[in-house]
Amino acid sequence: MSTTKLDGAQALIKTLNDLGIEYIFGYSGGAALPIFDALETVSGNIKFILSRHEQGACHMADGYARATGKPAVVLVTSGPGAGNTITGIMTAQMDSIPMIIITGQQVTWMLGKDAFQEADTFGITMPVVKHNFLVRETNSLPRIAKEAYHIATTGRPGPVLIDVPKDISQSEFTGDLDPDIDLPGYHPETAFEINAEAVTRAAEIISYAKKPVILGGHGVMIARADAELMELATTLNCPVTTTLLGKGIFPETHKFSLGMLGMHGTAYANKAIVECDLIINVGSRFDDRIIGQADKFGALAKIIHIDIDPSEMNKMIHPDVEIVGDAKAALRALNKQIKPLETSSWLATLEGYKKKFPLAYRKQGGLRMQQVLDELYQLTGGKAVVATDVGQHQMWAAQFYKVNASYNWLSSGGAGTMGFGFPAAIGAQFARPDDTVVAVVGDGGYQMTLCELATAALHKLPVKILVLNNHYLGMVRQWQEMFFDNRESGVNLEGNPDFVKLAEAYGIVGFNIKRPADVGKVLQKALDYNDGPCVINAECIKTENVFPMIPAGAALEDMLVEPPKHKMAKPIGST
Amino acid sequence: MTSDSSFAPLPDIVGGHTLSMFVNNEPGVLMRICQVFARRAYNLDSVVVSRGRDPQFSRLTLGISGDPAGLEQIIKQCNKLIDVIHCFEHDESESVTRELALVKILINPGDQGEVLQILEHFGAKTVDLGTASVIAMIHGDSNKVDAAIHLLSKFDIVETVRTGKVVMARGEATT
Ligand SMILES: Cc1ncc(C[n+]2csc(CCOP(=O)(O)OP(=O)(O)O)c2C)c(N)n1
Repeated sequence: MSTTKLDGAQALIKTLNDLGIEYIFGYSGGAALPIFDALETVSGNIKFILSRHEQGACHMADGYARATGKPAVVLVTSGPGAGNTITGIMTAQMDSIPMIIITGQQVTWMLGKDAFQEADTFGITMPVVKHNFLVRETNSLPRIAKEAYHIATTGRPGPVLIDVPKDISQSEFTGDLDPDIDLPGYHPETAFEINAEAVTRAAEIISYAKKPVILGGHGVMIARADAELMELATTLNCPVTTTLLGKGIFPETHKFSLGMLGMHGTAYANKAIVECDLIINVGSRFDDRIIGQADKFGALAKIIHIDIDPSEMNKMIHPDVEIVGDAKAALRALNKQIKPLETSSWLATLEGYKKKFPLAYRKQGGLRMQQVLDELYQLTGGKAVVATDVGQHQMWAAQFYKVNASYNWLSSGGAGTMGFGFPAAIGAQFARPDDTVVAVVGDGGYQMTLCELATAALHKLPVKILVLNNHYLGMVRQWQEMFFDNRESGVNLEGNPDFVKLAEAYGIVGFNIKRPADVGKVLQKALDYNDGPCVINAECIKTENVFPMIPAGAALEDMLVEPPKHKMAKPIGST
Repeated sequence: MTSDSSFAPLPDIVGGHTLSMFVNNEPGVLMRICQVFARRAYNLDSVVVSRGRDPQFSRLTLGISGDPAGLEQIIKQCNKLIDVIHCFEHDESESVTRELALVKILINPGDQGEVLQILEHFGAKTVDLGTASVIAMIHGDSNKVDAAIHLLSKFDIVETVRTGKVVMARGEATT
């Protein structure tokens, strides 16, 4: 044992360092003082990044994880600091993103007494984490940190929060710095034991299929099963559609790719689901955004569901075969038992749909977001890391920015959190300094977290912030136009700042795009500028709508591929 | 007066489901479990928690009612909680359930004999006997407890306190 005494905070930071944590994103405050001090006194490889808001810190850690598959840490103070993380934690939880959040807390003997900046962080965050801890013993800090890391990164990943009272972090540490973890109720290793009988049944069902579709989700990325998915698809001659979060697990330029399915997915992906006789779902949870009306989803198809989380089975859709487990392990087992299928006429049908219902846009009559995103895709060769915000621009980005590799597409799916895109791009750029990172944001969501311009500027991160500016909360306006007689309510963003001037105030370079003819030229300038962040403000048509569209809760066959000519009934689904 | 003293039979939970859970004995565990049920609008009819033989763990028996279609998923969601070692549903054929109730009855001198007779019939004990009141302890499966309380309802029941049911799997099976 070394003779230097440690306090709890130092033991905690040392453990995080030993776990290989590279970045801590956070915001300081009284109850976290001992932990912030430990960042200075404990030597190691951890870099601390000061965000300008705790929500931003969470999305940065989230973006780091989505761009690497590895967790980062968020460190904030008690009360308001912890409160500001909720949206960020929920965003990570909904999309199964590993993250460790450390919150400072009032001293133990003041808990429950409404002491200054005391909030029941343990209770408040319980519904939005995979697990959380309230630390009651200084010597348990290394064990809890190791458990948090283990829980966050294994099985179905997710955020894990550790609430650390100040007396716990500043007391002397006298325990074991490398204790064993003790989680008798948690057995992620069972995900690698694949039920052989289920695999055989799946292979048999597959052997009868004439019109199969693979539906790939985020689980494929998390399990790093891209190669196994490719083997499945090419062996079966089977088309592949992915969820929003699955973009990249199968190259979208591959001839078998149907792009994204669902509410604003491609017409051919949705038509494939309607007409197919087999759906092999690998690592997607059949989210309501992709299935529409559950009892009509894949009505003609046998369904095989591969998911690591048993509680996803039979939740939305009743599959014919359930394979619970890690996607890579499951696909390896399945690939051993399958034989090529004769699908040429099915592929030809889908090819016909691709020709008949292509993703298209007009270049006349003003600047469209679709064009900006299409040209961004062409200029980057689809190789940039793209982090989107939430809204119309997000759906158009999903349609027009084709992704060919995992970890290059960062988008808040389950939570649909506006304000996510820009800070997530910052996290991704820290993780992958040599890659081109583009934040694709709407003028609404961007304004929710643009205080992080200071963070990006300070670290000279070459993030390209592409603001697709329609002066509206566009996606909500689209719904009001379609379903509420075009009565605009709470969607006009009049009062927007000049985003280029605002960037300049932070010492950041800004560009404007006003005409369709200028898109390529300006984007190229921005892509070539790597001395720091830059903002590209694209002034787009104000009232364009996203199609295809399946109204929430409607069946996939009720998809609108173009603006409806008749008045639409209000959708049954929520949003 | 509250429903405690009404003559209506107590809510029937026979059609409900009984879950048993083995969980870490830690602060907050019950809250995590309750959240799973509350989110899906399940009602907890009874909750019995006690320390396990190994004090690191606790034992929970939950009587629940709600949409049976969602139950499979709820059980899986409970099993998914890090603090839950296991969660099983038990039906009456493969398990034993017991419940204990304390019932306080105000009695007129003339009724005492009949009250004691009913109690005796149900194998209940008189744990407190005063000049004007009696506290009876009834135990057995929940149906029996319901039946006893129902028969006693013609007297002036002022309070009932029920433990909620506890369950144990028969034979070698794990609870
Ligand atoms: C934090 C948050 N608040 C509200 C919403 C609801 N919402 C979904 S899309 C949208 C509009 C987004 O507008 P903008 O960022 O300008 O993007 P656009 O749709 O115009 O591309 C809103 C308000 C949300 N998803 N997240």
